[in-house]
Parts: sequence; structure tokens; C-alpha cells
Amino acid sequence: MTTHSTSAPPAGSAATAPRSAAQTPGPTGRGTTAPTDRTPRRPTSGRWAAAAFAAPLVAYLLAFYAYPLLRSIDLSLHDYTIRAFVQGDAEFVGFANYAEVLSSELFGKALWNTAVFVIVSLAFQYAIGLALAVFFRSSFRLSGILRALFLVPWLLPLIVSGSTWAWMLNSDNGIVNSFLSAFGIGQINWLTSPDTAMAAVVIANIWLGIPFNLVILYSGLQNIPEDLYEAASLDGAGAWRKFTSITFPLLRPVSAITLLLGLVYTLKVVDIIWIMTAGGPANSTATLAIWSYREAFGTGQPDMSPAAAVGNLLIVIALVFGFVYLRVQQRQEKS
Amino acid sequence: MTATRPWWKTAVGLVLTALMLFPVYWMINVSLTETKDLRSSPPQLFPLDPTFEGYAAVFGQQLPALGTSLLIALGCVLLTVVIAAPAGYAIALLNLRGGRSLNFLLLVAQMIPGVVMAMGFYAIYVRLGLLNSVWGLILADSTIAVPFGVLLFTAFMSGLPKELLQAARIDGAGSWRVFTAIVLPMSRNSVLTVSLFAFLWAWSDFIFASTLSRNADLIPITLSIYSYIGNNTTQWNAIMATAVVASIPAAILLVVAQRYVAAGVTAGAVKD
Repeated sequence: MTTHSTSAPPAGSAATAPRSAAQTPGPTGRGTTAPTDRTPRRPTSGRWAAAAFAAPLVAYLLAFYAYPLLRSIDLSLHDYTIRAFVQGDAEFVGFANYAEVLSSELFGKALWNTAVFVIVSLAFQYAIGLALAVFFRSSFRLSGILRALFLVPWLLPLIVSGSTWAWMLNSDNGIVNSFLSAFGIGQINWLTSPDTAMAAVVIANIWLGIPFNLVILYSGLQNIPEDLYEAASLDGAGAWRKFTSITFPLLRPVSAITLLLGLVYTLKVVDIIWIMTAGGPANSTATLAIWSYREAFGTGQPDMSPAAAVGNLLIVIALVFGFVYLRVQQRQEKS
Repeated sequence: MTATRPWWKTAVGLVLTALMLFPVYWMINVSLTETKDLRSSPPQLFPLDPTFEGYAAVFGQQLPALGTSLLIALGCVLLTVVIAAPAGYAIALLNLRGGRSLNFLLLVAQMIPGVVMAMGFYAIYVRLGLLNSVWGLILADSTIAVPFGVLLFTAFMSGLPKELLQAARIDGAGSWRVFTAIVLPMSRNSVLTVSLFAFLWAWSDFIFASTLSRNADLIPITLSIYSYIGNNTTQWNAIMATAVVASIPAAILLVVAQRYVAAGVTAGAVKD
């Protein structure tokens, strides 16, 4: 599956195969034979039909997931220069790229930046999302429409959100600084000072993540039986007590899923940071994903091999948390 | 609680929504501001005398990019549905062997960082000559939506009434007939949901566009906005006007298919 140039795995393979497979279970001699002899043939033809319907996907996954991933591993184990790219004669260097990345002074910083970006983003996204979900739980006039409007940040192209935030946080003409100056706070160089750039991208990312948390936590709240709250009211529990004794404990499984999914996806974030700060100033917003992207595509001097090494390390981190997520999900399905 | 719907809650809700949507308002406001007023301090809070010079710039320069994005997004929708719907059918209704492992693989696939996929695609495309092509972007962008699509189709089709499918089988309909005549029409909503998300993600994609299509004659709108920001930092009204136009699909989606959006998010929809 490495040579097809422009076409996806042919859908025709799925379209024709089932037809032929489907003819087998047809009536073999209507009314003359007992229907029992059809049963043993059913599973086999059904199996072939199932395989035929899934074939395009399997071919697709091999060609467009497995193969690019293999290429990315291959990149990280060789020393690819631009010339080597074209000629395909890159030197095999084993784990040298990984060693180089791990011993680079940027590595510790990028790891730290990634941790800060992910943890702070998640904490606020979740807390705000949960507060909003609780707020919207009791329906009121317009609540449906307002909840729908909360989805907007999640639907906008990231380039749109990123550039809007960049202009809002502009040092000289941004609305944010203008708003703060009304409270006597002097000019903050949000995107151009290493001290505040991380805060700036985190704020934008929190804004982007609130809708996702709100929607999932809200649907989790819908599954908490109403009579629990009624019983608590009869026992004289106030709103806060209801939240700490009913809502939060019963929402724990949904919370775990939301946070773990959020974690895996926040680890990968490139667009919003790249658009706002490109990892700068002075690497203050260079996360692992940004570092990898910049080495490969951001400098005009593509250095694919170390970039791929960083990217593959990121895969490992993402998959560790990904498997935790899958375990949690499985456990929940069982109970 | 429902008998007396408290107005104060609606008021609080309105304020919260307004706060949340302020950046969107600001984008629209700036897009209607005259260039000479962009640098005024404090910034103008309302577009009192709106100007459309920003939008004139969009329609003067950005139509090819909008067309390219539209083409890529539609190609992505088609490819995603063609691959994902039959696979969902096989896993949900035809007892595909290894269906569970396939589901597991699809969940894992969604966790792979886009930057890694972009590097892999870059290495492949350099060899195949697919860099800077619409086809290359359609293929790459579809990888965002296909796993999601299969999972959504599987979940939806599992819930279809089995009696109906069995009745069709007894009438002698084969798997293909059942799929085209019964399953697909009944899954119209999920086809719509998957299509909407595939469209939106391809339309919004920045990582693949900025890595696989940098030197193309026809660049997608996301990349066009990005290079716009890099080239002239004075014309923020034009940049924001382009951003507003680039947000139209999202707005349409919200108005037309709000129910499906929420369903898609909870079905494990993800934003890269």
C-alpha cells in the first residue's frame, strides 16, 4: 500500500465483494430443501461480508496511520538531511537523535512547559466547565440556546481563535491591556515577555477547552437521579452540601474520563501556541509538541530527525495516559 | 423548580455567555473598524461607523483560499463517510472478527499527536510528489475524522432494531442490500454528524496545511490567514474580517445542527 498515488483504498472493493458474498445465503431451492442446511453456510459468508465491509478501513489505517508512523520512527533513527530526503540515503544512527534530544538543555524546559500548559489548562477548564454544567443543570428560560452558544469557541478554527486572542492581548492596542489600565494596571507585554507568554497561551487554551468540559460534564449530570437531590432537600441540605455529597462523588467517573481525554489532547496542542507565540519568547512557551513542530517545519531549516525523536517521545507520553483512560473506561463499562 | 423559572438565572446566564463570547464579538468589532482607528487608545468598543474595507480585502484576495478549503473539506467528508460507514456496519452488525481490537486501535489512533503524523506524511509526500496538492491535504486531513467516524457509526448502528435487519435477510436481501436499503437510510443522522465534523475539522486544519502545503499556489484559508498575520501586522481589520468569513461554517453548523454537535462531542469527539 505504498505506491498508490492519489486514490484512497478503492471503495469498489467493498461495493462488489459483498454482492457476490450475498448471493450465497440466497434461497437454494425454494421449498424443496429443508432450511436447516443453510445455517452452517451463513457464518462463513457473513464473515466474508464483514471483512469486505471493513477492508477499506483496514487498508486506510495501514496506509495513512501505520505507514506515516513507521516513517516517523524511521526519521528518528536516521540522520536525515534535506539531501538525504530526496535521495533516500540517510545514515542509520540508532538512538543518537534521542540521546541528543534528551541531553539538550531545551528538553527539561520543554517538559516543564508542557506540564505547566497541560495542568493549568486542565484545572481551569474542568473547574469552570463543571461550575457552568451545574449552573445549566436546572433549566431556565433560554438555557438551551445559551448552552449552545457556549460551543462556539470549540467550533471556531484555531487560527481564528489564536489570531483574535493575539490581537486582544496586543501590548499597545489590545483590549485586555486597555481594560486593565482602567484599574490602574500598567501595560503587560502578554506575548512578548517571557514572564507572561505562557499565561497568555494558557488563558486562550482554557477558553477553548471550556465548551468540551461543559458538554461532557453536563451530560454526566443528566444521569444523576433527581430524587437524590429531592431527598437531600428534605434532609435540609443546602446547595453546597448537595454538590459535595451528591454531584461531585457521582460525577467522578465522568470527571475522570473528561480529564484524561483532555490531558491526552492538551499534550498534542500545536496550533494555538504556534499561532500566538511560535514557542517564544526565549522558549517560554515551547512545549514538546511545539519544539518538535518548530524543528521540523518552523525554522526554514527542516531538521526532521531530532523533531521526529521529540514527536515520538510525545507519543509515548500520550499513549501512557491514553491507556490509563482506556482502562478507566473499561472499568466503568463493567460496573 | 420548573414552575417558577427564576429570571435571575437567565440574567446570570446571559452575562456568562456574553463573557464567553466576548472574543467572538471583538473579532467582529475589529473587522468593521477603519484602519486609522485600529490603533486608537482606548480601542473602540462598538463599530459605530462600520467600514467594510476589511471585507473588501477578503473578497479581493481570499476567494481562491476559501474555494480551496471548501474543496478539501468536501473531499474529506466524502472520503471519511465512504471509509467509515461500511466499517461501522461491519463492526456493529456483521460481527466482524477483531471488531473489538479495531475499535481499540481507533481510540489509540486519535491520541497520536498531529505533528508526528505531519512529519510522517511529509516524508511520504516528498517521495510521492504529493506536497502542495489538494489531494495530499484531503488524505491527511481525513485522518482526523475517520477514527471518530467509525466509532460514531459503530455506536449508532449497534442501536438499530435487529428485527428489521433479520426480516430483510429472511426476504433474501444480502449484506450489501441491507446496508444500502436499510442501514444507511436509518443512520441518516449519524452520517450527517460525521459529515459535519469531518467538514469542520478539515476546514479548520492548520497543522497539515502549514506543513504539507506551504508553497502551494492554492493554499487553504487557515494558512492564508496565518501568512497574512506574518506579512502585515497593520491590517488587523482585514485579518479579522478573514477570520469572520472563515468562521461561517462553524456558525452554520451551530445554527443548523446544534443537536448533532453536542451529540458528537459526547460521543468522544475531540479537538486537536
